[in-house]
Amino acid sequence: MNEAIDLFFTASLWAAVFRIATPLIFGMLGELICERAGVVNLGIEGIMTFGALSAWLAVFHGCDLWTGMLVAAASGAAFGLLHALLTVPMAQSQHVTGLGITLLATSLVSFIYRLAVPAKSTPPTIMPFQPVDLPFLNAPFLAATAPTYLALGLAAVVAYVLWRTPLGLAIRMAGEHPQGAQAQGINVLILRTGCVMVGSAIMALGGAFLSLAAFNSFVINMVQGRGWMALALVVFGAWRPGLALLGALLYAWFDAYQLRLQHVFPGVPYQIFLMAPYVLSIAVLIPMSRRASGPQALMMPFVKGER
Amino acid sequence: MRLERRNAPPASLILLSIGLVVGLMALSGSALIYAAGAPVWASWGAMFTGAFGSKLAITETLTRATPLMFTGLACALAFRSRLWNIGAEGQLYAGALAVAALGSGAIDAPAVVLIPLVMFAAALAGAAMLLGPALLKRYMNVDDVVTTLLLNFIMALFVSIMIQGPMRDPLAMGWPQSMHVLDSITLDKLISQSRLHTGLLLGLALCALLALVESRSVFGLQRRAVGLNPHAAHFAGIPATRVLLWTAVGSGGLAGLAGAVEVMGLRGYVAGDLSPGYGYAGVIVAMLAQLHPLGVPAAAMLVASVFVGADAMSRAFNVPSFIADVMVSLSLLSMMGASFFLSYRVRR
Repeated sequence: MNEAIDLFFTASLWAAVFRIATPLIFGMLGELICERAGVVNLGIEGIMTFGALSAWLAVFHGCDLWTGMLVAAASGAAFGLLHALLTVPMAQSQHVTGLGITLLATSLVSFIYRLAVPAKSTPPTIMPFQPVDLPFLNAPFLAATAPTYLALGLAAVVAYVLWRTPLGLAIRMAGEHPQGAQAQGINVLILRTGCVMVGSAIMALGGAFLSLAAFNSFVINMVQGRGWMALALVVFGAWRPGLALLGALLYAWFDAYQLRLQHVFPGVPYQIFLMAPYVLSIAVLIPMSRRASGPQALMMPFVKGER
Repeated sequence: MRLERRNAPPASLILLSIGLVVGLMALSGSALIYAAGAPVWASWGAMFTGAFGSKLAITETLTRATPLMFTGLACALAFRSRLWNIGAEGQLYAGALAVAALGSGAIDAPAVVLIPLVMFAAALAGAAMLLGPALLKRYMNVDDVVTTLLLNFIMALFVSIMIQGPMRDPLAMGWPQSMHVLDSITLDKLISQSRLHTGLLLGLALCALLALVESRSVFGLQRRAVGLNPHAAHFAGIPATRVLLWTAVGSGGLAGLAGAVEVMGLRGYVAGDLSPGYGYAGVIVAMLAQLHPLGVPAAAMLVASVFVGADAMSRAFNVPSFIADVMVSLSLLSMMGASFFLSYRVRR
């Protein structure tokens, strides 16, 4: 048990926390933007997977790392456009469309990867993002890469835009009361479409982080349910970027801790540790959902003139 | 430009929408075959003969359609009442585990007793897995999509614990899989020397039964009312909670049965690869069938034929068999597009 407590204080644990949290922060922020505008995006898991592949393929074929991130964001925005097209002007079920996007994106990833990379026992590698130290903050224990700082900065930007700018007010209005927003002269259909595209681009960055920074190669199942975790984090954070960021760090800390605990308790089946975050997510959602005040028009398609 | 809701789409539009879905599937499939560097026409030929070209091929397609029929029905049933059951994959495994636990020697009874018993247990296991999220949705306002999705992952890990631990077959040469179920509960083959089993008949019977329930029973009417407008349904005195929970039991039970027929009719044991995503494909089948029980067998056949045909195509021309997954998920999205034109009229 002592060992379990010692683990708590190691620097590598904290470095791992930020590494694990980064894709979740990107995913959570992207989903949050979509949902604040009133559109649930269940395509997140697939969009992250596609982002991971497209970014990695771009870098593998000679682009630099930031171009890879851009490619991922563009691919995410494309899937976002598809999702928005079906759910916003065409008013189809957001759940089913989103799931369809995930299925399409993940199967496209399998298809493209099989064609682009010859089958070998070990996947080819690239030179990933390296840890950077901030000049003014001497915290080598973070050992974080540039995209991690980008994710943290983006969280601040999203929070600022959503709560301190007219654009943010319009976005939140589109998610709370689209009829009211329309009456104010806001084009709800365009606003929602834009939010889904931007949100999906940010989600894809989370996937790109996995293949360009966390690892140096691409694996088909590398997103491993992180998209769904991000989805749960948005609810956990009551649709607020700050709270959801805290949730992401908390979750990442737990995840980093359990990885190390596995070695301390070899008698327990390792699957129990893998299961814990999912069980925890559901357990946490129960008290949070009860009094959650999500966007009132979430999942409700907006059709002009229809109430 | 404004949208106007249609009461009932004209038959010509329904035909047009089917044409759109199939056409887009053919177009996207051709593009993918071309991208893989294979001859387009010959590949389609290989795909068609792989799915329908011989008696064996047809039985194989029907075999693949069987679990899809169950999971498709499960999703159609739930979606109609706006219960978003994305957890058919987990419920399928729950049913499969129940069959393996009770059917591999734990209970000794004649087949006439044992087969219904283990099937009932499988349905119960699946139902229990969906009842939790349904209760959470109703009483705690927890989003059912997230809970049913997360339960899939929890179930997959639970299966992995069971087949590597307590339920492991020591004679399986080290492969993590459960003990074989008893020969007495193995479902009969419909055609000798094929893999087609009586699970297909059970699935077809359930489709017919559910179609009757939906159109001819009070429960069916209540379910549709709750799905169309929960507030109006409540106002009309329909017990919305009871309807939701029974729908959850039915939907989860059907998905559990999918696992049962796969184990009893095809595999004989539970392994981690029992279902290549039949639960998620069930969502596609349900949407292609427009949530109608009688449409489910046709939709399941379409999806199954793409998968079986793609396997044959990838053997013949080295096109990755993932082409099937791409085509099927595209068919779902194009169906969503088509159903827009079915449910709305666009006016200037």
